[in-house]
Amino acid sequence: MFSLFRGLWQYRHFVISSIRSELVSRFASSKLGGVWMIINPLSQVLIYALILSNILAAKLPGIDNKYAYAIYLIAGLLAWELFSEIINRCLTLFIAQGNLMKKMSFPRITLPAIVLGSCALNNVLLLISMLGIFALLGHTFSLTMLWVFPLSLLVIGLALGIGLIIGVLNVFLRDIGQAFPIILQIWFWFTPIVYPENIIPQSYRHLLAWNPMYTLVDAYHQVLVYNKPPDISALLVIAALAAGLVLLGLFLFRRASAEMVDVL
Amino acid sequence: MSLLTVHNVGKAFRRYSSEWKRFARWFGLPSKPVSEHWVLRNINFSIQPGEAVGIIGQNGAGKSTLLKMITGTLQPSEGRVEVNGRIAAILELGMGFSPELTGRQNVIHAAGLMGFDLQQIQQAIPSIEAFAEIGRYFDEPVRTYSSGMQVRLAFAVATAYRPEILIVDEALSVGDTYFQHKSFSRIREFQQQGTTLLIVSHDRSAIQSLCSRAILIEKGSIVQDGEPEQVFDYYNALVAEKENSTVTVKQHKSGKAQTSSGTGEARIDSIALYNSQGDLAELVAVGEQVELRITAVVLQPIASLVLGYAIKDRLGQLVYGTNTWHTEQVIEQPREGSAYSFNISFPANFGEGGYSVVVALHDKETHMSANYDWRDLALVLMLLTTIKRHLKVVAGVSLS
Repeated sequence: MFSLFRGLWQYRHFVISSIRSELVSRFASSKLGGVWMIINPLSQVLIYALILSNILAAKLPGIDNKYAYAIYLIAGLLAWELFSEIINRCLTLFIAQGNLMKKMSFPRITLPAIVLGSCALNNVLLLISMLGIFALLGHTFSLTMLWVFPLSLLVIGLALGIGLIIGVLNVFLRDIGQAFPIILQIWFWFTPIVYPENIIPQSYRHLLAWNPMYTLVDAYHQVLVYNKPPDISALLVIAALAAGLVLLGLFLFRRASAEMVDVL
Repeated sequence: MSLLTVHNVGKAFRRYSSEWKRFARWFGLPSKPVSEHWVLRNINFSIQPGEAVGIIGQNGAGKSTLLKMITGTLQPSEGRVEVNGRIAAILELGMGFSPELTGRQNVIHAAGLMGFDLQQIQQAIPSIEAFAEIGRYFDEPVRTYSSGMQVRLAFAVATAYRPEILIVDEALSVGDTYFQHKSFSRIREFQQQGTTLLIVSHDRSAIQSLCSRAILIEKGSIVQDGEPEQVFDYYNALVAEKENSTVTVKQHKSGKAQTSSGTGEARIDSIALYNSQGDLAELVAVGEQVELRITAVVLQPIASLVLGYAIKDRLGQLVYGTNTWHTEQVIEQPREGSAYSFNISFPANFGEGGYSVVVALHDKETHMSANYDWRDLALVLMLLTTIKRHLKVVAGVSLS
């Protein structure tokens, strides 16, 4: 396990330059460049806000801003975008980089590291633009919002754990690559992002506790929308889960790396 | 101490009845693969610093798998590879290039992939730029490059730092002739500075001019390891090997290995070289008209008989050669049990030095479909310029 991190440290320049290159090539290929990666989630916010705000706005207690629903949406999507982007990229990561892994000798752990760095960077840009929108909508800032950084780390941990596991398994069982986007779609709708959790019938609400993303999205809502600190004990459980998944992912990754190249 | 030791290396590709069994094995549960396919087995060799080794073999023999294991991208299933030094492998040029980035950005990226830090890369950039010779395109996106320019830049990065071991897989013939010479001389330069070369190529002349040793891999194991010329002769015979065919290697009186092969339906009975005077000769003047007299016997019914011959220089490079297919003198339906004699006369218009003659009997334009008898080093001759002057005098005397 230690050698994994030593390799990563040796190739830190490569990881950084790869993240930069990714950013550069996105900016280089289109006129609006990096603006597109913000436009995409924002248009989603706009669509949901336009269609659903009248239906759902009444059901959003504890916040007296007429754009409350939009703010709620933005906070949830910020968490979900980070989560789903990491998972989606990890899912096809080793298959997409198959030729490189076969032809060049370099620490393979740099590949997920580049994904993490690049997704985190995207999310920071998204966060900045969303804070800008908060200001436009008249939402007040507070120091509680700084919670978003440790919360992002938890999202990254959870996503990396899941992403590594399915990314490795997908090399051998390609069905996973087909199935997981669907699972992710269902997961999205089973997490209160677009709707407030109080529209779920009381008898089913206890099921939310089984969804780790619910805990995280809820914490995002608490700190970004309601200005309240999150529920630490629930987050500790998620942290333990994320750590466990990352360890399992790294274990699988180590075990599989030799065989991965054989089947690619 | 050797630079590279390949110790009893083997590679098997394993299949499982279900991928879940493979996953279970990672967790230490016992599960057996349903099939094991060994592409390489019992590979042993070691390479000393400064040696240049060519690896040859037919497609699918396992050459690339071996190189990947030495490079470290593939893990051997058994045995081990010991490397003492930095390896640079050019298994494919332009790995890690992204089309949207400029040449310069791609160089930084690709050199990073090779494990160099930013400072080392910045130092090497001027020389990479100079070597690639792509001018102002260096700061243009790679997608605007011609394929030749891409390859030049890729080669320049791949060879920007002198490694202890350089592995090249079929990448010697990149770009135009000018760049080929340039990349060739860079490899030679590395070699002179002490870099060990490991080259996979089907290009006989490239390997013979760069390498001091060749390793022939056939069906996953090493069948020959030795002097390039001899190994290539053996390989050549092997390519044509069919059922009932035999390959034998004898020691020629010159000290070189003499390879003969073939299925034996027809056999070369005798071969001799005569000079312009009609005498049996081993010493020939440069430019002199010589005659090759070959007799062949047909032992079994065959559809056609073609005689081919070639002259090779002392390094084993082909100088001249043709066959009776090209000269449209194929013998159709040769009679079983009869002997055919071929008298070929040609001027010995080659430079001074030692040459060997290769003779072969086959059925069509090449020996690929049926190779009856193939003799490398069937005879040797020595070309001298000094005899020519003497001959002229003799000729002048006889005229008067």
